[in-house]
Amino acid sequence: MKTENPRAWLLVLPVILLVAFNALIPLMTVVNYSVQETFGNNVFFWQGVDWFEQVLHSERFHDALGRQFLFTGIILAVEIPLGVAIALAMPRKGIWVPVCLILMSLPLLIPWNVVGAMWNIFTLPDIGLMGYGLNWLGIDYNMTQSPLAAWVTLIIMDVWHWTSLVVLLSYAGLVSIPDAYYQAAEIDGASKWSVFRYIQLPKMKQVLMIAILLRFMDSFMIYTEPFVLTGGGPGNSTTLLSIDLVKVALGQFDLGPAAAMSLIYFAITLLVSWVFYTIMNKDVKE
Amino acid sequence: MAKIKLDNIRHSYYPNPSSDDDFALKRVHFDWDDGGAYALLGPSGCGKTTLLNIISGLLEPSHGKLLFDETEVTSLSPSERNIAQVFQFPVIYDTMTVYDNLAFPLRNRGVDEARIDVKVREISSMLEIDDLLQTKAAGLSPDNKQKISLGRGLVREDVNVIMFDEPLTVIDPHLKWKLRSKLKELHQKVKTTMIYVTHDQTEALTFADQVVVMNFGQVLQVGTPDALFERPEHTFVGHFIGSPGMNVLPVEIVDGQVSLGGHVVEVSSPLVEAEGKSLEIGVRPEFVRISEQGIPATVVNVMDVGRHKVLQTIVGTQKVFAVLNEDQPVPEGSTYLSFDKPQTRLYKDGWLVDLTYEYEVL
Repeated sequence: MKTENPRAWLLVLPVILLVAFNALIPLMTVVNYSVQETFGNNVFFWQGVDWFEQVLHSERFHDALGRQFLFTGIILAVEIPLGVAIALAMPRKGIWVPVCLILMSLPLLIPWNVVGAMWNIFTLPDIGLMGYGLNWLGIDYNMTQSPLAAWVTLIIMDVWHWTSLVVLLSYAGLVSIPDAYYQAAEIDGASKWSVFRYIQLPKMKQVLMIAILLRFMDSFMIYTEPFVLTGGGPGNSTTLLSIDLVKVALGQFDLGPAAAMSLIYFAITLLVSWVFYTIMNKDVKE
Repeated sequence: MAKIKLDNIRHSYYPNPSSDDDFALKRVHFDWDDGGAYALLGPSGCGKTTLLNIISGLLEPSHGKLLFDETEVTSLSPSERNIAQVFQFPVIYDTMTVYDNLAFPLRNRGVDEARIDVKVREISSMLEIDDLLQTKAAGLSPDNKQKISLGRGLVREDVNVIMFDEPLTVIDPHLKWKLRSKLKELHQKVKTTMIYVTHDQTEALTFADQVVVMNFGQVLQVGTPDALFERPEHTFVGHFIGSPGMNVLPVEIVDGQVSLGGHVVEVSSPLVEAEGKSLEIGVRPEFVRISEQGIPATVVNVMDVGRHKVLQTIVGTQKVFAVLNEDQPVPEGSTYLSFDKPQTRLYKDGWLVDLTYEYEVL
């Protein structure tokens, strides 16, 4: 028997209100800005899709998008294999398990702007441990002047900050594999590589999928750390999409183009996540 | 193929075992003959799986040696020992097809593909999974998955021993029977030593030529299913095998006779002094008779189990079961019981007193 009670909707109301205020209404405001021009005083002029066309044809946007994909591509290529490797090397039982887990969680607990500030100081050529040390070794390192140094620093910082997430997720996948699988593989005469390829990797697949998705979305929207570390410089070399967006919106106060850019940015993130998810999920179902 | 010798094997999961209770295996000293079909029978937690893992090499015993045909293998890895083992729950390689799963142990050992193909098809037709060969193993039902696990254990023909660790737990009852007969049939064909671990006496008795009964971390008796039934060497064996199990009743020796609550019972065993240990008689319900005189008993229940009836009585404070034929009259209230003398034996501290050899008690 099915009973319907319209009062049940009251229970969902708080969530609906919350989502409306923190997602729907701000998003609609952005949509509103993206199709109009304003000179302040709440006076708006209809612009249609002009801003979208402008953003999509702008070389500046293309460059920032390119840098964004490059950044995300590199950190995924480094963090996922590295995270899996560390998870494989971690002990499965014994007193070292909690020690390793806590050490791994530490970077995740540090606020993002603090991470940026830490690495900023760490890499200063005159007083920072890493900056001073590298220069002392005879390596000319100054990330405020060399785009390559800035990129390398940015990537190392992100790897330091976020590989732990991949490690923890992969580790969770690994410990859920019953001992019998390893025992059977040993009896079947499987090599270490076969154990990884046919037991560990398939069992980690689901969590790795989540790890890749999370790392993709997070790194694609990264703002705080590079903002604090390099501020997008030197020049525009580390100006990723979100940094560029803030420059347009708050630096130049071009609200229309900034709104259009946000929506395009949002659409790209959503699209790539969906593609990732579909490809990986399809493989799992087979 | 090999004869497997367990030489004074003891194992403890603690680093510094102080008392006997710390040992999961107290002492096992026993040979498995080449080509035998063995069942390792015992309740959960009796040390069966520990013993199995020691034979397969997944576990190294804290004491003692393990020999395959006089070659010591105690510290060799499972793959070096060349054995096969099937686990309680199905282990399959999810990303592979059924074919590749079955071929996996052979491929790891560098067998050529033509030979692999022959073996895989032979095993798959035996397990009746031919039509599944090209499907991915991940989506199969639990019993098909377990068939693949069994298949991977059976696919190599040169193994020293194949071990089954309660392999039919996840299988439907009607398939259980079929798979068990398949295994038995296969054993007769390939003559590889097989060890089948189970806590189910029917499984053990139908599969094996020799049944090894374990409890309390030691082997209590090794024998054919008949021997286990006819002459249990430990009260646990008598109790565990049979339905209902052997009646075990505490007795005393008074004036050179066995006395059950003041009534004399004749036994086939030589009489021994109790020396402060417990003395019991064991008699199977099949050898308990209703008679005109003897041991007074009160009938409390009758269970009709088809071909015979099981009578539950109380003697003193002890439950005693008796098996009656279908056509035999069922007594009510008070009656008398007598025990067949040749099948009534004396047990001291659990062990049959007429054993010619004495287990070393540690």
